Amino acid sequence: MTKQRLVVVGNGMAGARTVEEIVERGGMERYDVTIFGEEPYGNYNRILLSEVLSGSHDPQAIFINALDWYAERGITLHAGVPADNIDRADRVVRGGLVHEPYDVLILATGSRPLVPRLDGLHRADGKWKQGVFVFRSLDDCSRIAGYAKGRARAAVIGGGLLGLEAARGLLTHLPEVHVIQRESTIMNLQLDSRAGRMLQTTLQDMGIQVHTGTATTAMLGREKVSGLQFESGEILDCDMVVMACGILPNVQLARDAGLAVERGIVVDDQMRCVDDPNVYAVGECAQHRGQVYGLVAPLWEQARVLAEHLSEANPAATYEGSRLYTRLKVMGVDLATMGAKDSDDPEDEVILYSEPSRGVYQKLIVRDNQLAGAILLGDTAAASSLVQLFDRGTPLPQRRADLLFPSGATPAVTAPEQLPDDVQVCNCNGVSKGTIVASVKSGKRSLSAVCAATRAGTGCGSCKDLVRRITEWASDGQLEEDVTAHYYVPGVPLAKPELIAAIKELGLRSVSAVFGALTGGLEDAGSKTGLASLLKTIWGAEYEDERDARFINDRVHANVQKDSTFSVVPRIYGGVTSSAQLRRIADVADKYNVRMVKITGGQRIDLLGIAKEDLPGAWQDLDMPSGHAYTKAFRTCKTCVGTDFCRYGLGDSTALGIAIEKRFQGIEAPHKMKLAATGCPRNCAEATTKDLGAIAIEGGRWELYIGGAAGSTVRKGDLLCTVDSHDDVLRFMGRFMQYYREQAKYLERTYSFVERIGIERLRQALVEDRESICQRLDAEIEAAVRAYEDPWREGRAPLHRHQFVSTLPAGDAGERLAAVSA
Amino acid sequence: MMRVLPNQRQPAAVRSEGAFNLGPPGQIPIGEAREFDLPGQRVAVYHARDGRLYATQASCPHLGGKLADGVVGGAVVICPLHGYRYDLRDGRVLNGACDRLRTFPVWLSTGGDVMVQLEV
Repeated sequence: MTKQRLVVVGNGMAGARTVEEIVERGGMERYDVTIFGEEPYGNYNRILLSEVLSGSHDPQAIFINALDWYAERGITLHAGVPADNIDRADRVVRGGLVHEPYDVLILATGSRPLVPRLDGLHRADGKWKQGVFVFRSLDDCSRIAGYAKGRARAAVIGGGLLGLEAARGLLTHLPEVHVIQRESTIMNLQLDSRAGRMLQTTLQDMGIQVHTGTATTAMLGREKVSGLQFESGEILDCDMVVMACGILPNVQLARDAGLAVERGIVVDDQMRCVDDPNVYAVGECAQHRGQVYGLVAPLWEQARVLAEHLSEANPAATYEGSRLYTRLKVMGVDLATMGAKDSDDPEDEVILYSEPSRGVYQKLIVRDNQLAGAILLGDTAAASSLVQLFDRGTPLPQRRADLLFPSGATPAVTAPEQLPDDVQVCNCNGVSKGTIVASVKSGKRSLSAVCAATRAGTGCGSCKDLVRRITEWASDGQLEEDVTAHYYVPGVPLAKPELIAAIKELGLRSVSAVFGALTGGLEDAGSKTGLASLLKTIWGAEYEDERDARFINDRVHANVQKDSTFSVVPRIYGGVTSSAQLRRIADVADKYNVRMVKITGGQRIDLLGIAKEDLPGAWQDLDMPSGHAYTKAFRTCKTCVGTDFCRYGLGDSTALGIAIEKRFQGIEAPHKMKLAATGCPRNCAEATTKDLGAIAIEGGRWELYIGGAAGSTVRKGDLLCTVDSHDDVLRFMGRFMQYYREQAKYLERTYSFVERIGIERLRQALVEDRESICQRLDAEIEAAVRAYEDPWREGRAPLHRHQFVSTLPAGDAGERLAAVSA
Repeated sequence: MMRVLPNQRQPAAVRSEGAFNLGPPGQIPIGEAREFDLPGQRVAVYHARDGRLYATQASCPHLGGKLADGVVGGAVVICPLHGYRYDLRDGRVLNGACDRLRTFPVWLSTGGDVMVQLEV
């Protein structure tokens, strides 16, 4: 196939991003790409310009693609060559001496600053007065910063997003900055008048003086600007003026070429010009469904759709307009807005929270139970969750306050932008916010890619939400959806329900059978243990166990330690032991040179430092069943003394704990389950922070809590039901366990699972039996209980002669282990 | 059944010194790995489910985890201690930053035994 000639006019964020997206989709096989770029650089991130002006970013750091990026990919970049005209009849773009014929043309000409008509803007020679700037390009930035040095007072015309960012940037270079806003409030496109006034107060406290309702009529001074004159006749003396009054799409080139142009170049849902199927427009120069966008997120969405279409990765991709989301990137001000700022529909719900003394103002507009708009000023902690609800049109929780103030024990959420770069986000792997942000800037655009590259969130996982929010923030909302996030395991492209259906339909009883049938035989190391867990739950006794699909702990039924020895925790039902048992344990500790004997948090005894080869012997000498302290399964049921001795005891918690443990020992699950039974509401066994917990209350009854946690996450469990007997505790516990085994994602602890499903729904399903599943759940867990076998019995009859061998000594392979003779 | 795969033919320029016979592949349960204590160093030998064999240094460059205890899938091993993943073909780490594993040529002898070539 001969390649088509793709010419792109414009190397700004839209043009370059489109090319980048085309490259990523293998489009270089189809196209020879040529770009006209007006600026003599590669491509840079214009939205960070205010950071450059304020000095928080080095100009070099905002380059997305330097010149060699283009060369490496075989892209011709005419840097510093503006396109002069387009000949649509001959399909040629001309710029200076360059003539580039095209088959497909993309116009990404961007926009330019709107310059208000002001008397006295120009000098006699037609140029602007000295000290007058627009704020648009990297060059503008360095010129503004250079000129500001040593001067006293700057004025910014325009109190919109860009004007305020410019003002804050200027404040780092000179002592006095004024913002002149024609409208009655600042950021009037995004903020209602109350929020606008409150923001104004915040800015004034920072030293930015804001003049609203003030129309500028003239610039004063001869060669240099010396002041501004307003409609009221008042005058403001100043040494420099930055104009930030909005943008005008650059459409002259398109208009001259006879393309349909209104405010922008008119395009359809594939970003194609309505009157020429070979010409496309993307970014700020394009007008789509009557809308011209000046923000980065829409431009990226457009670039993606266009690339999908042109690369034929998805020729039918369509752009359907963007939902607008804005953040003011000004040091010391937290502001995020999305969608509508005001409501005039009486059907709308408006939720308002205001705390003027802290400069906090939060407003939500709810329409048809979806988020239609939000203003978050002074506290943007809820922004990243709100923007997702807004983007996806998700139905909202009934308690609207939960949108702004999540209830429960969840700690206050920190907004990513408030964190300093060096703050450690992942405390397991020591990954800082700066490292995560750098990874996003280097091109990682999905959460899993960032986690894989930085290892953030790959330890205990409790920081994963923060990592996600930082990643979302750093990518300006352009996070690619992680397709694998919906898969049960990353290596098999199916969500849990579909995977279960396929496994059942095809009768896949082993992990290798799943890979054989569902991934074309491609085996993924990271998916094996998850599949093994699922298959065991689905097939029970019919599961074809392949030991290589197990984690080492589950192959040798002990917990691997940092020195590759193992820990041995025998089952001590309910934490109740005896002197005879303790003697045996002590003998084993001596015989196998156990280096530490430790009482665990779950009231067990842990023998640490046992070699793999010694495991079968230790088990045999202990003559106690496995305590399953190494696996994703029922672990322990912690108990308090209960009625036998305790003077407060209301229920026999030790007897219940022992019964629980005898019944559920060895029950495997998506993650571990730690239980407790406690004899009175003093809750000495801490049953409210266990995966499942029972608390005796007066009247011979038991409260059953689920979804509690007191590890990396702290959560008080939810009350599932209150029952009258030990048997009922066992019944409801088993029912919940089976439901969790079937419904939870792999490695999802009950505290996440219960929160995700919701306690109301769990009560309806498991107590009220609204889904008519209880009988089946009870039968399934009963079958799993009956299938229990103590895994430590394998010590007497290993499955493979080297099951408990870690290192084969040189002599083991017999006389054959010898240097090969030539 | 055991297949002799192209990447496991005896290296053309095999040197007799440093080549060891480790016995039949069945010593290593299918899909798993075992560590071999060879003169001067320990080597992890992997017996992948597709029949391919790989050999690398025995311990993880991160904190010394025993790679032979790791989960093996395709040509990847996951260290049992902290989950670092390595490509068994070239020893490259696949997540995070860690040194490359040393890898060793491994093949089946004409008698069907696992052969490994150490650096000399």
